[in-house]
Parts: sequence; structure tokens; C-alpha cells
Amino acid sequence: MLPPPIAIRVATEWLSARARWQPLEIVFWLGAFAAIYLLPESHLILTEIAWLGLFALSLDLILGYAGIISLGHAAFFGLGAYTAALLAKHEIINEPVMALLVSGLVAMALGFVTSFLVLRGSDLTRLMVTLGVALLLRELANRLGWLTGGADGLQGVTIKPVLGMFRFDMFGHTGYAYCLTVLFILFLIARRLVNSPFGLSLMSVKGNPLRSSAIGISVDARLIAIYTVAAGYAGIAGALLAQTTSFASLEVFSFDRSADLLLVLIIGGAGYLYGGLIGAIIFKFMQDYLSVLTPQYWPFWIGLVLVVIVLVGRERITSWTTPVRRIASHLNWRALAHRIAASSSERH
Amino acid sequence: MTVALETINLVKRFNGIIASNNVSLQIAKGARHALIGPNGAGKTTLINLLTGVQRPTSGRILLDGEDISARSTHERVRLGIVRTFQINQLFNDLTPLETIGLAVSERRGQGLDWWRIVGSRPDLVTEVVEILERFHLTDVIDKRTAVLPYGKQRLLEIAVAIACRPRVLLLDEPAAGVPEDERHEILAAVAALPSDVTVLLIEHDMDIVFSFADRISVLVNGALFVEGSPEEVARDPRVKAVYLGEELADA
Repeated sequence: MLPPPIAIRVATEWLSARARWQPLEIVFWLGAFAAIYLLPESHLILTEIAWLGLFALSLDLILGYAGIISLGHAAFFGLGAYTAALLAKHEIINEPVMALLVSGLVAMALGFVTSFLVLRGSDLTRLMVTLGVALLLRELANRLGWLTGGADGLQGVTIKPVLGMFRFDMFGHTGYAYCLTVLFILFLIARRLVNSPFGLSLMSVKGNPLRSSAIGISVDARLIAIYTVAAGYAGIAGALLAQTTSFASLEVFSFDRSADLLLVLIIGGAGYLYGGLIGAIIFKFMQDYLSVLTPQYWPFWIGLVLVVIVLVGRERITSWTTPVRRIASHLNWRALAHRIAASSSERH
Repeated sequence: MTVALETINLVKRFNGIIASNNVSLQIAKGARHALIGPNGAGKTTLINLLTGVQRPTSGRILLDGEDISARSTHERVRLGIVRTFQINQLFNDLTPLETIGLAVSERRGQGLDWWRIVGSRPDLVTEVVEILERFHLTDVIDKRTAVLPYGKQRLLEIAVAIACRPRVLLLDEPAAGVPEDERHEILAAVAALPSDVTVLLIEHDMDIVFSFADRISVLVNGALFVEGSPEEVARDPRVKAVYLGEELADA
């Protein structure tokens, strides 16, 4: 017996629902690109938001979708930053976009190798292992002073124009447009990825690894894959930092950076891709605003916000944006219901 | 008789405790085979050995004559040994539609496809809808699994396994915990399983066993105790003694 076409129609709509663009998303990106023209005086902070958002998106891929928690994501960020800075300093690859890709690939290689360390064990094991890897890299960069400049950082880096056309400037105009474009492209790819069968399998692995393997999914292989991809994203974020500031220092590997990143993602909410971006906006503006008010004590306020967010959210890592997203998706469902109703009345 | 699944002298020891003691079991192709036994008889261990969750201390497992003892869990699923769970193991945040969609796309080897969305393959969606209809889940396709009524979750538990197109299906107490008045839906689904699928049913409820099985194996203390047709097993005084003993012990 074949199911009636209308049921298939409805099922197709529902299965595609997660992947459908919602109006709020379009507004978000239009706003981000409009800022290139509308907010020229804020381009420096917006540049930072763009690469931080990309970095947090990377963490969201492993934490929000695959359930791998990390306190050492700066390992990949830092490796990407140093790679980009070294490529430019020694004029190995002069064109920033190419250098960006290579930095991402180098970080991916590290992600692949270290992914085997996070396959087993509890959240606590994973926190410690990822933390350890980042510490190791930091110390390595410190020791290899001839290459990295050690504690002084890598100086004398000159970044050539993007695509040979757009020269970086001290106001962040080129920097913002460049970072935002990279962020947008990588976001689109991540969006395809999480809504694909592969993305669905990640969510299943996160939700129930036992059942995932009982339907033929190789849990380890999926975790290795997403960890590697996320490492590449983080590496590119780090490379963006190095390219827009013409500098790389040991601080790119720091524990603070990994911890702040987790904070950024929790502020925005994990598991829906926009959490990292929204979190980056809030975090950076809060940092900017609060550090003017209390230059030394702004982390106090960040800490307070974190405690409130985690206490208000009932689940371990949840987000205050859930109600907003629920309204947004509710609007989307209603539109969907209309379409289904319309398509069924066509048939009668 | 063609044998679908066979174990040869399967032994599993945990720190000196023998959970499976030299089990040599043959399950015929297309059989409706039931595995019964008192609590602690080693039924769960046997399932874990068959599905690769645990490795046997010694002995072999053959699927259609091929030795699969060294295969991992997910490889065995690909080869056609699929199980359901006594305690629901579902994806709480996914809908039944997504759950079955996932299982079907994995079976088709499209699980690494990271570019197309799940709903973009019409033939896949058709198959998913067919399965959901067969298990009376069409009215809840868009609900999160976590909020489904327990009976629907039990149906989904079996539907996911069927979406993997098993050659041998291991049903672990399919009606466990389902209230009396909702049982018929589960049992009807079990009875309607495709006849070419070999089924090994692990069950406590003797009514279900005797209405379903054409062959019964009794496991006691990790070893195969009695095997035969339902009539033979029902008549066997040793089986009665084992179950009577258990009931007396319970009382």
C-alpha cells in the first residue's frame, strides 16, 4: 500500500522545516551587512564580533550539536592565528584568503589528531583533555621563540590586500567586510551541514549514542568528523584575528580565551547556530560598555550575568533566547500549516 | 532448515561469574523464535553478545554462515542484526519523522551526506511515511519524541528497528511497561512484522510468547536449558519446575 501523496507532502514539509530560512534570520544578516555602510565608526568592534562569532559557531558545532564540551578550543584558534601570521611574515602566502584557507586546514589537521582524545570519557574528562591540549600548544609556542617570537609575540607581520584589491586599514573598514563575508560563507556551510542527514546523526549521537550505534551509525567516526570541521572553523577565526591585527601572541592560546568562548556560547544559547553570533554581540558590547564604567572589574559583571543565565535556565546549558526562538518557529509553523492546507485544497 | 543466526559455544564471564555458559543456539530463517528464562538467566547478556555491545569470552556468532564475532555494533546493524530495547532508547529531541528519516538515510548509506537536507529526497520521504503509517505514528510525526505517550514511544522503538531493514530482529520485551489496554497495538505491530524477517523475541510474558513464537528456547543460569516447539516447552516438566521455583521464590 502506498501512502497518499498528501501525507508525503506534509512529511516533506516537516522534514525540511528546520532548514527553511526564517524572517528573523534574513533580518539578522541584512543588518550585519548593512552595518558595513551604516556603522563605519564601529567597524573595529564589529570586526572583533565577527571573528568571535565564528569562533563561537565552531564551539557550537561540537557542543550544541554533538555534545562535546571543550575548555581548550583556543588551541585551534591559536594555531590558526600563528599559521596566518607566519605565512604573511615570511611571505609564504601573501594573499589573505588563501592564507586563511591554509590556516583552517592546519587547524583541521590538529583537530583530527586530537579528536581521538575526546571520543571517550565523561564531560569532565573532555574538559581536562581539551584544556591540556591548549596548554601544551601555548607552552610549545612559548618555547619555539625563534619561530613564534615567544612571549613578545610575532611582530613585523604585514598583511597584503585581500584578493590583491582591498587593503586593510586602521579603522577596520576592510577588516569588518572581510570577516563578515568569511563568517557568512562559513555560517551557510554550517547551516547546510546541521540540517543534513549528517547533522541529524550528530544530534542523535548527542541525544543517545547507544541507540545511534544500534541504527548503524559509527558514533566515533561522526564525532571525529565534526571535531575536525569545528577545529577548522576555529582556526579560520584565529587567522582572521591575526590578519586584521597583523599580530599573533601567546594570548591566542590562553585559557581565558577558551573560557570566554564557552561564556559567549552560553550567553547566546547552544544548538541553533545563532547562539554564538548573538553571544558574541552581547559579550563584546558588554565588555566595551562595562570596561568603560569599571575598567578593572568588568569580568565581575560578566560573571554575574553568567550565573543568572545558568540559574534561570533549567537545563544544564540552555538559553534565555529559547522563548524568542519558540515564537519565531511558531510563526514559521503557522506559515507552514497554511502552505500544507493550501496544497491539500489544491488537490480536492 | 536454513539457519539465519547461529551461536557456537558462546561463553561470557564477568569476573568469575558465568553470564553465558556455552550457548549454542540456532535460529531458522523467518522463524518466530522466543527466548525465555527466569530473571538473571542471561538473556540480556546474550543480546549484548549478539549485537556486539559486549565481546564473548569465547565462542562464535554466525549470521547467514558468516562469522561476525569480530564486528562492531554498527557494522552488525549494517549486516542486518537489529535490536529494540526493553527500556526505550530513543532520540528525545527529534520527532518520529526525523528519527525514522535518520534511520532510513543511515541504512541507505547517506549518513555522511552533509549538503542535502533530509526532506529533499522524495523516495526517502515515501519510505519514512510508509513506516510511520504501518506503526500508527502518522498523527504524531511532528511531536518531539520526549512528549509522546508511552505506547507511541514503544511503537517508535520497533519502527526505528524496522527502518534499518533487519534480516534478524531482536525484540527485547516489546510490550514492557505498556498498560493492558494499549498492549494490543504493540502486539499487532509485532504480529505484522514482515515474514521474511527472522525474529528473536525476548519476553517475560508467557501469553505473548505462546501466541507469537513457533519455537522457544529456555535459558537458565546462562545455559540453554530446553528448546522446542511451544507445545513441547509447555509440557516439559523441567521448565515448569524452573518457573514454579521462581514463583515460589517470589512468593
